[in-house]
Amino acid sequence: MNIFVLLKRTFDTEEKIVIKNGQIEDDGAEYIINPYDEYAVEEAINLRDEHGGEVTVVTVGEEDSEKQLRTALAMGADKSVLINTEDDLEEGDQYTTVKILEAFFADKEADIILAGNVAIDEASGQVGPRLAERLDIPCITTITDIKVDGENVNIERDVEGDVEKIETSLPLLVTCQQGLNEPRYPSLPGIMKAKKKPLEELELDDLDLEEDDVEQKSRTTEIFLPPEKEAGKVLEGESDEQVKELVSLLKTEAKVL
Amino acid sequence: MNFELTKEQEMTRKMVRDFAVETIQPRAIDIDKNGEFPEDIFKEMGKLGLLGIPFPEEYGGAGGDTVTYALAAEEIGRVCGSTGLSYAAAVSLGASPLYYFGTEEQKQEYLVPLAKGEALGSFGLTEPNAGSDAGGTKTTAKLEGDHYVINGEKCWITNAEYARSITVTAVSGKREDGKNIISAFIIPQDTPGMSIKSDYDKMGVRGSNTSEIVLEDVKVPKENILGDPEGGFKQFLHTLDGGRISIASLAVGIAQASLDRALEYAKERKQFGQAISNFQAIQFKLADMAMEVELARNMVLKAAWLKDQGKPFTKESAYAKLFASETAFRSANQAIQIHGGYGYMREYEVERYLRDAKLLEIGEGTSEIQRLVIARQLGC
Ligand SMILES: Cc1cc2nc3c(=O)[nH]c(=O)nc-3n(C[C@H](O)[C@H](O)[C@H](O)COP(=O)(O)OP(=O)(O)OC[C@H]3O[C@@H](n4cnc5c(N)ncnc54)[C@H](O)[C@@H]3O)c2cc1C
Ligand SMILES: Cc1cc2nc3c(=O)[nH]c(=O)nc-3n(C[C@H](O)[C@H](O)[C@H](O)COP(=O)(O)OP(=O)(O)OC[C@H]3O[C@@H](n4cnc5c(N)ncnc54)[C@H](O)[C@@H]3O)c2cc1C
Repeated sequence: MNIFVLLKRTFDTEEKIVIKNGQIEDDGAEYIINPYDEYAVEEAINLRDEHGGEVTVVTVGEEDSEKQLRTALAMGADKSVLINTEDDLEEGDQYTTVKILEAFFADKEADIILAGNVAIDEASGQVGPRLAERLDIPCITTITDIKVDGENVNIERDVEGDVEKIETSLPLLVTCQQGLNEPRYPSLPGIMKAKKKPLEELELDDLDLEEDDVEQKSRTTEIFLPPEKEAGKVLEGESDEQVKELVSLLKTEAKVL
Repeated sequence: MNFELTKEQEMTRKMVRDFAVETIQPRAIDIDKNGEFPEDIFKEMGKLGLLGIPFPEEYGGAGGDTVTYALAAEEIGRVCGSTGLSYAAAVSLGASPLYYFGTEEQKQEYLVPLAKGEALGSFGLTEPNAGSDAGGTKTTAKLEGDHYVINGEKCWITNAEYARSITVTAVSGKREDGKNIISAFIIPQDTPGMSIKSDYDKMGVRGSNTSEIVLEDVKVPKENILGDPEGGFKQFLHTLDGGRISIASLAVGIAQASLDRALEYAKERKQFGQAISNFQAIQFKLADMAMEVELARNMVLKAAWLKDQGKPFTKESAYAKLFASETAFRSANQAIQIHGGYGYMREYEVERYLRDAKLLEIGEGTSEIQRLVIARQLGC
């Protein structure tokens, strides 16, 4: 099987994020593989181990994304591609990314492309479905189970907590949801082997794209942090009194009832 | 000069940190409280290749360097001193001597399973009457036909109960000048005559397995002598030089954890209407801790780097072990102080850091012995 994974380097949203001059501060932020993409890497490796073939991990990013690609290689992916836009693009949006990936996949004959359900930084969840649309292949989002048998694919997907079962066929794009698998840690031998695995670097030029071709369709007008959480309130007294007080507060103060 | 870690070193550190925080940290309190050796955690560490970091691939290792190993030991030590000690002992004392001094057959038979992480190894040097003065070993090994017969007693041997094989030192003869010849022997677990008990009720590193070994007419084939029959003493000196680096890394881990906990707590705890981190008395403690942790880490990594470059590192590893273990103890003590009454409670973990750190000033050469080693290197 010719298996591809779309992977994004994101900052760790569990760490403290600092915004300065309307931009997220780079220094001090911890960068990781987008957690949903880790499910995709894990599933890709499992599919390859079961059905044979090759796993290629692709990212659209900057020089620094190499670390995340190497980690995916250390987990067990076979090859990686960094489409480096550092010198060509100041900004980009989902349109940009999809346009670039579309060009990349033009000659690839992918059997399956696995992406994360969303990237935790911007959380748009658009890149997977939009790419599938451009490549004219089926797209199943938020999958929690996948079985491939020849061309046939059986999928379970998460629909707001319920399970939907779907039959489809290759070639296919899926986006991965929590619950699909438990991503492995890259092992020490894996880390050492990753050193020798191929990491191809491409620029827009190599994909016959001009900057204008990928110009973003949307504009970010403002970035801000959610309001600080205010101190909580501890209720006192017997439990039935507390319940009464809680209900009245939910009505009068929080106005959710 | 370049202080940058390689990508592999960075990746290993992140992987071990994630593993330690997700798998070991949630159990650290229980491991200590119940004194339970986390055998399952070692199985997982084995699968991740952590037990074979500094050994070449041909012997089942990962082909990493000492710096990588030191980073891993620090991350484990940061969450659990017990697991950290057993880890450091398994690699530096259990497996390393086999790698440095073993014959090809011994490496295949005894090192490979350890480096692959399928089993643990152990190193028995200390005896009830021979601690710092390891030359005073009383255990004897007599050649009878094609076997050595070993008699004696070892104490406080890390991982012995869980080890596939134990390397023990014993007096095997006398030199012309009348001094004892000390050799090392590989004794497989379950060899008749070797009994292992782990009844010690320890102050710290309570989840690390520590055993007493009694050897009564233990027969091992002649081939089980490790490397040069007359070189046992030199062998363990070299082994301990390397072991110091891992003990020092573990100490840096505990010191870092002490700093992390103390800083976090100081920012949250309010007294006299403000966070106690606003008080200069607390700030100065935190500043000293942060500085010492960084200095200790730099020394450890330098010693590890020297070892990787094949340069002499005896003095530097003694500096590292001495400074880092004393830093760990001081930092843990200050972390308790900054926590006030809470710090005295098990739940806040900093009291455990202090108990665990204390061992690091004793094991693999006490602080006094480190100073002796340094003084000798200075030519005294
Ligand atoms: C939890 C634990 C795990 C251990 N694991 C192992 C293991 O895996 N393998 C192993 O072989 N051993 C192990 N040990 C033993 C450890 O290495 C010894 O405890 C250590 O070397 C000190 O020896 P000792 O306890 O006999 O103290 P002693 O040597 O009796 O020292 C007592 C005191 O005298 C001081 N002293 C001794 N000689 C001098 C001197 N010449 N000048 C100045 N001061 C001196 C010491 O510094 C110390 O303060 C372990 C010990 C513990 C507690
Ligand atoms: C085993 C035990 C028995 C106890 N028994 C009793 C008892 O019988 N009765 C009783 O009433 N209490 C008792 N205590 C509580 C004890 O007195 C308090 O723990 C102690 O006063 C410290 O208060 P704290 O723990 O709230 O620490 P905190 O006051 O929160 O102090 C935390 C840290 O901040 C420092 N700090 C605080 N304020 C300042 C400042 N202005 N400038 C510089 N540094 C500052 C402290 O020195 C400390 O290092 C007991 C505690 C323990 C652990």
